[in-house]
Amino acid sequence: MKPLPKFIMLLMLLAVATGLFMLYDVDLSSSYAIDKRSIRLASMLVVGVSVAYSSIVFQTITGNRILTPSVMGYEAVFVLFQTLIVFIYGDRAFQVIGQQENFLYAVILMLGFSLAIYLLMFTGRKRNMYFLLLVGMVLGTLFMTTSQFLHVLLDPNEFSVVQNFMFVSFAKMNTKLLAIAAATMAVSVAYISVHRRALDVMALGREHAINLGVNYDKMVRNFLLAVALMVSVSTALVGPIIFLGILVCNLTYELFRTRRHAYMLVICSVVACLCLVFGQFLVEHVLDFSTTVSIIINFIGGVYFMYLLWISRKKIT
Amino acid sequence: MDKQKEDHLKFADLSKRYGAKVVLDGIHGSIAERQITSLIGPNGAGKSTLLSIMARLLKQDGGGVSFYEKDITRYKSSELARKLSILKQSNHLELKLTVRDLVSFGRFPYSKGRMNAADWEKVGEAIAFSELEDLQHAYIDELSGGQRQRAFISMIIAQDTDYILLDEPLNNLDMKHAVHVMKTLRRLVDELGKTVVIVIHEINFAAQYSDRIIALKDGVIRYDDTAGKVIDAQVLQEIFGIPFDILERNGKKICNYFNL
Repeated sequence: MKPLPKFIMLLMLLAVATGLFMLYDVDLSSSYAIDKRSIRLASMLVVGVSVAYSSIVFQTITGNRILTPSVMGYEAVFVLFQTLIVFIYGDRAFQVIGQQENFLYAVILMLGFSLAIYLLMFTGRKRNMYFLLLVGMVLGTLFMTTSQFLHVLLDPNEFSVVQNFMFVSFAKMNTKLLAIAAATMAVSVAYISVHRRALDVMALGREHAINLGVNYDKMVRNFLLAVALMVSVSTALVGPIIFLGILVCNLTYELFRTRRHAYMLVICSVVACLCLVFGQFLVEHVLDFSTTVSIIINFIGGVYFMYLLWISRKKIT
Repeated sequence: MDKQKEDHLKFADLSKRYGAKVVLDGIHGSIAERQITSLIGPNGAGKSTLLSIMARLLKQDGGGVSFYEKDITRYKSSELARKLSILKQSNHLELKLTVRDLVSFGRFPYSKGRMNAADWEKVGEAIAFSELEDLQHAYIDELSGGQRQRAFISMIIAQDTDYILLDEPLNNLDMKHAVHVMKTLRRLVDELGKTVVIVIHEINFAAQYSDRIIALKDGVIRYDDTAGKVIDAQVLQEIFGIPFDILERNGKKICNYFNL
């Protein structure tokens, strides 16, 4: 299929999924359900776009298509923070700290974390992307295991409070958080879109990018900050969601052979939103909340991805 | 040192260390304009390091590189990319790009990604110059190492800079294409007035095609002279530590070191 019809079909699929999600089994006489669903839908779109942008940018600057920003340990910081709150305050935790403050602190912590490892790395002599990843990964593992250790010590009731934050959920969203999130997202998306052509060149690697006149180190720093901002905000909103990044990026690469970021970023956003909206619809209406959207997306998306690989394998041989 | 005065690409007191190992030990020199300069020397002599520092890919520990009387690190990266280009030796790319797409990246310093008709014309010329017309729509990850190398050289040609720095451009190339690349470089210098610097291992290619040779050993410049003077049995034996036999035929020098 030609790229343009393929893209239009993706958009139509997204429209269908949106329609299903909004209108399935709804009581149109009261606005309650529609309001609730609109907020959830809007948050899925915001999160979908940020997952797509952050993952594509991250994969381009690391030159690796099996990484997502989660290897940098942002989500581990988030989970540890939530665990610590509950550990200290017990099940009163979220009476002591309101939703807005929790969101704000979580974002600040994650940004502070990325800034800290960044400064550590890039002021030293070893200016190496992979070393940065390694430090992020090791610290992330440290935070994750610390959280796990604390989980063991927690009272089962308190643990169930923490657990709420370890899975993706669009239920705890409210309009105010959504507005803050959408605004920060817009800043990052705007920055990345303006510099999308530099990303095309940076995909060639550091030496070629410098040769072609891209201020590589500065661009990497700025892109990493934009990624950190998007990942922090979306994680604080709905929980650890970046797993989705590997899948949607690779679906994009397999479905469309373009390497131009102007197209890739948009296509990947549509794919990510489609996965989220359709997955959430299945969870809410077909499976009656008996599973989580992560599992649905990984299952269906994973199977589809393997199918795409199977096809491309046959084309080559 | 009359020559130094006219040259625009100069380095002074340049030093570089990797850990405790000194790779460049306070070297001075300059690159002759509108000529091919070959950097030769045994492995680990500092040739590639010197090339990378001259093209701002690597930071030196001491000294500096000046380009048109201005320190190379003080240029805006995008401005320098229109005057000086570099191609390093490892060019593995796992990208779905056609040769034509790759060559078009050479225009990025000018177009900033918005290619106009003139840019595409330059791309076409570069592809023709390196005789890659038949391969221009092939994906680079499906090419052989040598073909890919030629595609990257074509990208550098499209970049159309006065100074071209190449790190072992003959890697992976068969004899025909190696000769072709060297002839292409010769034409760039003779017809278009470019300045070319190459790191090269095959001494006979350096002898046949370069105007000047800079010979490095253990991080210092041992010889910096015209090709005819450096291609000498005594000199080469001192640099490489093996005996050389220099044969002359039709005014061209050929080095035999294979089995003496």
